[in-house]
Amino acid sequence: MRLITHNMLSCNIKGVTNGFPLRIEAGNVIKKEVDFNPDFIRHMFAKLEWKALVEGARSMGYAELPEDSPDAAVLESDESFLKKLHHALLELHLEEGALVCPETGRKFPVNKGIPNMLLHEDEV
Amino acid sequence: MKLKQLEGLLGDLEQFSNPKVELEQYPTGPHIASRMLFTAENSYGDITDKVVADFGCGCGTLSVAAALLDAASVIGFDIDPQSLETATLNAEELEVEIDFVQCDITKLELKGQIVDTVVMNPPFGTRKKGADMEFLPAAMKVASHAVYSLHKTSTREHIKRAALRDFNAKSAEVLCELRYDLPKLYKFHKRKEVDIAVDLWRFEPK
Repeated sequence: MRLITHNMLSCNIKGVTNGFPLRIEAGNVIKKEVDFNPDFIRHMFAKLEWKALVEGARSMGYAELPEDSPDAAVLESDESFLKKLHHALLELHLEEGALVCPETGRKFPVNKGIPNMLLHEDEV
Repeated sequence: MKLKQLEGLLGDLEQFSNPKVELEQYPTGPHIASRMLFTAENSYGDITDKVVADFGCGCGTLSVAAALLDAASVIGFDIDPQSLETATLNAEELEVEIDFVQCDITKLELKGQIVDTVVMNPPFGTRKKGADMEFLPAAMKVASHAVYSLHKTSTREHIKRAALRDFNAKSAEVLCELRYDLPKLYKFHKRKEVDIAVDLWRFEPK
């Protein structure tokens, strides 16, 4: 699971109102390089939940992203920032670990890179 | 990539080893899958450099097709762990990156506007009545630009009405009619092979 996917996942247990973002418990993280596409990264920037991304990246061992979402002007002038964003979003893979609901503490296990978001009968 | 090449690559994918009839697990053949994704990209630009989600991805045929057409990111969703294992192998085999998520897509709420395009070959509702109409609203909520989906031609008017009236569709268009050839997969199948008329739909959310 990469952070681009994590940025859209939340806890859907019945009654939960603050199920986002899921906290990451990283067991095993691997890095796989993919081609850098600066236009795509620029385009993605406005659509991301920034805090969720920064915290998620930190949990996976990558602390290079700024705490606060930078000014959009940075997208044009700073290629190194785009590369960091690219790395965090697309090149870090959580292979083993868990995603934890911030409200209930319920753990959604991640095995072989696949998070299991299936709810139990009493959670639906 | 040319259509024939895409079709060839998809033909080599592993499919369901023990298909579960209650989930309506049928492979999306390379003929349909390649044409579906090729049209989405060539006619509408909805795949290359886009974030694509595959709902009910099964063994990952549509996900792999999207990745081969250079989607920026592909995420496959399915409820069945065995299919997801096969899908993972398929992605590795073709050396494409796909994130997979195990979930019940009808109960999963995805945040934000990250997904551009949803592609899917959803259940037709032959085992669980109404199953075909559960995937569509879920897809319409998630896609920011377009949803590509396969439904039986016999349900055409029903789908169009539901999409426009109830599922927030700005447009609902049948792009083409295809023949879905189903080989004898399950014990209850009497004929060696059967041909179902299906529509390839494109929906745009408001």
